[in-house]
Amino acid sequence: MKEFKVTPIRNGTVIDHIDCGMALKVLRIIGMTDGGKVQSPVSVLMHVPSKKEGWKDVVKVEDRELDPKEVDKIALIAPKATINIIRDFNVAEKYSVRMPERVVGKARCSNPNCITNQSEPVEPEFVVESKDPPVLRCVYCDRQLDDIAGNLL
Amino acid sequence: MDIVSIRDLSREQIEQVLERSERMIPYARGEMSSKALDGKILATLFFEPSTRTRMSFESAMMRLGGRITDLGVPSMSSISKGESLADTIRMVEVYSDIIVIRHPREGAARLAARFSSKPVINAGDGAGQHPTQTLLDLFTIKRIKKDFDKLKVVMVGDLKYGRTVHSMAEALSSFGVELTFVAPAALQMPKETVKQVEKAGGKPKLTNRLEETIADADVLYVTRIQKERFPDLAEYQKVAGMYRVDKRLLREAKSDLIVMHPLPRVDEIDPEVDDTQHAKYFEQAFNGVPVRMALLNLVLGGEL
Ligand SMILES: Nc1ncnc2c1ncn2[C@@H]1O[C@H](COP(=O)(O)OP(=O)(O)O)[C@@H](O)[C@H]1O
Ligand SMILES: [Mg+2]
Ligand SMILES: [Zn+2]
Repeated sequence: MKEFKVTPIRNGTVIDHIDCGMALKVLRIIGMTDGGKVQSPVSVLMHVPSKKEGWKDVVKVEDRELDPKEVDKIALIAPKATINIIRDFNVAEKYSVRMPERVVGKARCSNPNCITNQSEPVEPEFVVESKDPPVLRCVYCDRQLDDIAGNLL
Repeated sequence: MDIVSIRDLSREQIEQVLERSERMIPYARGEMSSKALDGKILATLFFEPSTRTRMSFESAMMRLGGRITDLGVPSMSSISKGESLADTIRMVEVYSDIIVIRHPREGAARLAARFSSKPVINAGDGAGQHPTQTLLDLFTIKRIKKDFDKLKVVMVGDLKYGRTVHSMAEALSSFGVELTFVAPAALQMPKETVKQVEKAGGKPKLTNRLEETIADADVLYVTRIQKERFPDLAEYQKVAGMYRVDKRLLREAKSDLIVMHPLPRVDEIDPEVDDTQHAKYFEQAFNGVPVRMALLNLVLGGEL
């Protein structure tokens, strides 16, 4: 029998192996902060030991599966995260988030003087220089993106 | 082919441009004439004032027998009516064969290149890239020193915000040059650039004392500390005027040290240096013409 730090959920999603300290940013991505979007309980574990190594955060969302856009954004801030879909108390599906080679339209450039921060008909675009830790470079202004979590669209 | 960043050119292409630039010199001086780009039109889009870069591009195009069109008075043009850069480019590309752009925002040239099917050359995007300046600087060194290997190049001034110094440092280190960066801590070379230089095989020295570097140097590359880049005047005044190249400083230098500066200078170089054998900044400014001729010719496939 497994030991759960929170009550087991019947149906929903467990976002596991989130880099320590990033749980609240994950909550922002899944819409927890713009009230109304989330209609069911969400529980957060912060700084719990990970079987793999060190410490991790875990987010559990009841009665909801994530859409691919949300998963893509989670990859940008928690590249080791796994998504576990729980059905009837069991892990029915499990996959790792995937960091793409290019990130298009998911984050704005942190350089205020970048042309993509003007009203031009382009989506901000970054090449991924490193997947873990995530390092993104703007294909327009050539600057490294600071504070990825704070610049997500 | 677009030239937005110096990284858009391979090492071989850079060498090819430097070689071709040498051949362009008599044409650039007007001693020989060419029709290599006869019938071609260059559109110059300068959204920010520029004298040297704009004039040398225009001169380069005309020396190759090509023609020029420009935006006209910016306040009269559609830009001041709030047109996006993307739309301006879609218009300009149908009126010309090649576009040269200078813009106050970083990334503008890359954006232009994406919207244009005609080649785009970046003539400076904000605090970003300025590849043709880098090429003419490389050409100036190569022309005088013949070989880059083991050359000692000292870069001094605003190494943090300076538009050209970052790509210049990267390019020089890939050619085997030994670099020293002289600047006050607040204006030192960004860590990212230092890393790039190390990746290219260099072991740059960082210091804030110009006097200590002068005796060994083969090239002294001076840049202006730009007021525009500072958040406030007090910060600017603290560092402006910290370094001044004058005859007294150059007493310690090797007789074949060359002093370069992308111009315009303010008071980084005392005018008394102008008629010493060290001063190469006016020659450097002239070199903008043959280098840009070589580039235009390469990109437009002219026969010369
Ligand atoms: N019914 C459930 N309710 C809440 N959390 C669960 C449930 N089932 C599994 N989990 C959590 O989902 C994550 C993945 O589960 P599992 O695949 O069994 O473990 P692991 O990935 O550690 O091998 C773990 O953090 C686990 O605690
Ligand atoms: Mg193009
Ligand atoms: Zn950018």
